[in-house]
Order: sequence, then structure tokens, then C-alpha cells
Amino acid sequence: MKNGNHVSVQDLSVHYPLGRSLFGEPPVVRAVDGVSLEIPRGSFFGLVGESGSGKTTLGRAILKAAPITHGHVAYSDEDVDYDVPVLSKAELKDYRKRAQLIFQDPYAALSPRMTVRDIIAEPLEVMRLTASREETDERVREIAAKCRLNLEHLRRFPHAFSGGQRQRISIARALVCRPKFVVADESVAALDVSIQADILNLLKSLQEELDLTFLFISHDLGVVAHICDHVAVMYLGSIVESAPSQELFANPKHPYTQALLSAIPSLDPDDTGKAQRLEGEIPSPLNPPKGCKFNTRCPAAMDDCRKIEPALEDVGEETHVACLRWKELAGR
Amino acid sequence: MTEPLISVRNLTVRFRTDEGLVTAVDRASFDISAGEILGLVGESGSGKSVTAKSLMQLNGDNAVYDDESRITLRTGDEVVEVLSLKRPKDMMVIRGGAISMIFQEPMASFAPAITIGDQMVEQLQLHSAMSKKRAEEISIEMLNRVGISDASKRFRQYAFEFSGGMRQRAMIAMALSTKPKLLIADEPTTALDVTIQAQVIDLMKDLVDEFQMAILFITHDLGVIAQTADRVAVMYLGELVETGSVRQVIGEPAHPYTNGLLNALPTIDDIYAPLIPVPGDIPSPLDRPSGCVFHTRCGQVIAGTCESEVPAATQLDDGHVCYCFATAAGQAGQKAL
Repeated sequence: MKNGNHVSVQDLSVHYPLGRSLFGEPPVVRAVDGVSLEIPRGSFFGLVGESGSGKTTLGRAILKAAPITHGHVAYSDEDVDYDVPVLSKAELKDYRKRAQLIFQDPYAALSPRMTVRDIIAEPLEVMRLTASREETDERVREIAAKCRLNLEHLRRFPHAFSGGQRQRISIARALVCRPKFVVADESVAALDVSIQADILNLLKSLQEELDLTFLFISHDLGVVAHICDHVAVMYLGSIVESAPSQELFANPKHPYTQALLSAIPSLDPDDTGKAQRLEGEIPSPLNPPKGCKFNTRCPAAMDDCRKIEPALEDVGEETHVACLRWKELAGR
Repeated sequence: MTEPLISVRNLTVRFRTDEGLVTAVDRASFDISAGEILGLVGESGSGKSVTAKSLMQLNGDNAVYDDESRITLRTGDEVVEVLSLKRPKDMMVIRGGAISMIFQEPMASFAPAITIGDQMVEQLQLHSAMSKKRAEEISIEMLNRVGISDASKRFRQYAFEFSGGMRQRAMIAMALSTKPKLLIADEPTTALDVTIQAQVIDLMKDLVDEFQMAILFITHDLGVIAQTADRVAVMYLGELVETGSVRQVIGEPAHPYTNGLLNALPTIDDIYAPLIPVPGDIPSPLDRPSGCVFHTRCGQVIAGTCESEVPAATQLDDGHVCYCFATAAGQAGQKAL
């Protein structure tokens, strides 16, 4: 391992060309545009943003499940150091074992025609990680117990289970091949509040027990605040602020983060958060605004913001902000 | 005191299915007054949407309403018994007339191949004898009112040309153009991003003030309820377990289920507070627990009572009602002191 970082992303872009054009370059959707971030080993790293901000694409690019246009993704653990965009076929196979994905919708992610045991065992069989059926069964039972699934239920089909139980099956399947790094993409968004808390607690305890590193993608800032120790905020394919959770929620620096936090409906009827309402909607990634991408909705935008694209600046205490005016705004 | 706009009494809705009669809503009673927002909270499968659809008789043909069920709508001098309406023609009075509804997914609520404008004009002309030109004027005015810029151009566009937030605004404009007395909003902000959700909530609150209509606001999000509703009804497995003002229910929750929901909710105010899940899963409506429906997941079960008897209403403060034996016992204890 080169440094303490598990996953290191440098200037990563994922651009999707739209069709073909006879004259000149076709239009390009900049889903992820020049993102850099460091995910330390053993962290619960949160990635938040509105729909269309590119958080899912970033997560998939790190797993090499989305085409990387340019930039670097370095993955390292105690055994290997991988340069993800240029993995060989054999290395990719090994990487798939080390880095896994938990999906959003537990109703769509499980095949209705396979038993729970077969669903959880499938990664082991596809990747040929076990020598015998007995060993497979042993591994399935072990992870199912860790995910607090009733072992008697392994012979049943997924339709017999509730949303929370299904999500536990999805988690067991993702963890059965003993990954080190897990991307959880909106993994609790489809669940009811009473169940959601249970799954969040499970993820947290699994992280400690199995020594996992999580990239937790969510649009729900409340959930992220409770489970993540570091949070990056995305807007239109770029990271605008990245900070330890405590700092980000107590002391947001970027105007977008501030607006996002005040838009969360408070349980206190008197606290309307109206002072920081954002106007308008997120622009199209086909034609992002010039300069700072947030300038069209930013209450603090000035002329320079429409010309200069701010870089992600290290402002100390593990905090990075991409805003020309963060210092003056913090002084307010 | 003036009579409430709509009174629901003992509403019980069952559905005929292959597996037998399924109870979706069980003896729900509530009132909504003009100019009031009633929030109906509950998890998926709790019967919120079925309750709302009953107000317009929009449940499927396999829905059975109990004989005891009454839904009384008072519009001006007229009193309509909603459940006794039988012919579709009679239902026009309520559907889109006195009551309008907006849904969670606005893309699915608009016809994809008809312009937004034509859809707005069509429903206006259905409900009142007005010229097409007048209907167009009203529609464009409403689009303007809900904050859609360049409304006369947008009027001629299709739903796919609108963004999610704009579609929901157009949906609200369309629902309000017939000047309903009651707007049913079924998870209207769930599919929207938080910043857009905040805009739509502000808009709905402004419109209540402006049009003096009532809103039945259905959501699973307690934060959204706290920000919109005047009064709250909490639903679990088809039964109302607690009702009261928003400050009573969210500030001083009485029912163990309401408490459980609040303890499980991640908020950004205290990020180190542990999240306490409500144990177990929601039981299947095919297999409803006996006695109090919540007893299978409740931490305050009184043995011998909760499993067999149905809790009656306990009146707490003014207008704050809770259906729970443990709460009733606690209150009786307090009175004895």
C-alpha cells in the first residue's frame, strides 16, 4: 500500500457523447467532470448531491462500471495496488472481488426465480472462489448470519420477504466474496424510516466487524450525517465541498451546501429555512454554466463567478471548498 | 364553530382479492376544515393512499366500503354523501370539481402525447361551460401563478419537455384551475430533490392562503409534515393511531409508533444521536394482528390487553387523540397523582 488511502481519484471525468455529428464534435454530457477525492481506509465516505449531479456515475466509474474518459483512479489494499482505468483482464477479475456494489432497490436487484441461498452464493460460483459446494454453503451461512438473516429462510424465494429483509439479502450477496471496498448507492432510499435505521445500523456494524471501507451515495443528508465520517457534496459533475461530517453539517462553507442543508424540512414547524431558498433548478449537464457551475442559482454570485471556474481548495482541517468567495461568506 | 369541509367517519375499506378480503383502512375518522392542511403520515402499506382515494371514490372496482363508513362533503349550501354517489356523472361534482388530486410522479399523471395546455383546457371545459379562449387564459394565468416562467410558451409544450419540479408545478396549476375546495396531495414532493421540494412546499402554503382551500397532504416524511401541516394524523396498518396539531404530534408524540418513527428518523440537528429502528417489519395486511395492530412491534405492550383488545380513543390535550392502552394507562396514572 502506497499511502493510507484506499481509493484515490485524480481529475476523473466521465463524458458521454450524444449521438454523432456530421460537422465537428458531437455534444457531450459531462456526467463527472474533473473530480478528485481521497477515500481513506476504514472510512464511511458520503457522497451527496441532487439527482443529475453525477454521484452514481462517479461511484460506478470507481468500480470500472462506467467508461472513464480521462483521469486516474488508484485502488490499494494490503495485497494489491491497482490503476483502475487500465486494469488487465485478470486484474479486473480480482478487482471485482475486492470492490463491490450494493444497489438501491431491493425489489429489482434480486431474481425472483432464485432462492435466497442461490442469490447469495452466485458471486462465489461465478468467480469460482470456493472449491466445493460445502464450502459455498458454509460461506453463505456465515455472511447470512452476519447480516442477521434467519438461516432457515435461505431456501425461500425473495418474494416472501419485506423490503428490509431483501436489502439484507442484497448486502449479504455483496459481501459474500469478502470485498474490502463497497459502494452503497442509495441503499436505504427505497426503505421506510422504521426499517431504514435498522439497515444503517447493520452497515455500520458490518464495517467495523469486516474492516470495510464504504462509499455511501445518497441524496438524503440526514442519513449521511448519521452514518458517514466524511462527506463530499457534488453539483453538476463536480465536487463543491468535501469535509468531515461534523464540520460540514456544523459549518458548511460552500453556498450550495448551505442551501442544501437549509432546504431539509426541519421537524420544528417554526424553522422554515426560508432565508436560503434556492431559485430555479439544476442546469443540464449538456450545457453547464460557464465559470462556477453553481453561479446561475447562487445567491452570492458576482461577475468573477461567471468567468472563473473555482478549483477545489484545501482550507485546512481536511476540508476542501470550490468557491471564489467562501472566505468572505464565512465571515458573514 | 363552522362545520368542517369534509368529515370522514368510520371509514373502512376492504379489497376483494384472490387471497380473500384484505382490510386496507379500518375505522378511520377525521375532519378537514377549509383553509387547513391535514398531514396524513404513515409508512408504505399503511393505507394513506387508499384513504385519500376513498374521498373521490377512486379505489378500484374490487373495493368494498363498510355500511358504517361516511364521507360527508360540505360545499357552500350543498351537502354531499360521497360514498352514496353511484353514477360517474354524479361523481363529477367531486372529482376535479370540489376535490382535486395531485400525485407523486407527475410524469405518469400527464398524457405524454397531448400538450400540457390542451390537458388543462380539457378539464376546465369539462367542469364549466366556458369558451376555449377563456379556458386558455385561465390556464396560462395559473401556470404563471405557480412560478412557471414563459407560461404562454410552456402552455404549448409536452410533459417530457418539463423538468421534474416544473411538471409538479404544472400539475398543481392544473389541479387548482377548477378552484377545488379540497386538494389531495399524495406524496407530491417525494420524487423531487430537496431544493425543489422546498420551493413546492412554499408554493402550496402560499396557495392555501390565497385560495382558502383545504389540503390533505399525504407523505411518509415527518419533516415535510412539520413544515406544511396544521394538523397531523398518523396511520399504521390502516388505522389512525394518533391525531392532533403538528406541535402536539411531533413535539409531544404520545403513541409508541409515532415515538418510534421519530427515533428512527435521521436529522441533521444532532448527528451523533443513535438511530433506533422500530423492531420487526410491518405485518402483511392479509394477516392483521389482533387487538392493537401495533402490538407486534411495540415496546410498551401490556400483556393480556394489547394482543386481544382494540384500544379506544384517549383524549390528551385539546384535539390531541391517541389510540393506545399504554398511553391511556399513563394518563390515568397522572390524573390519580
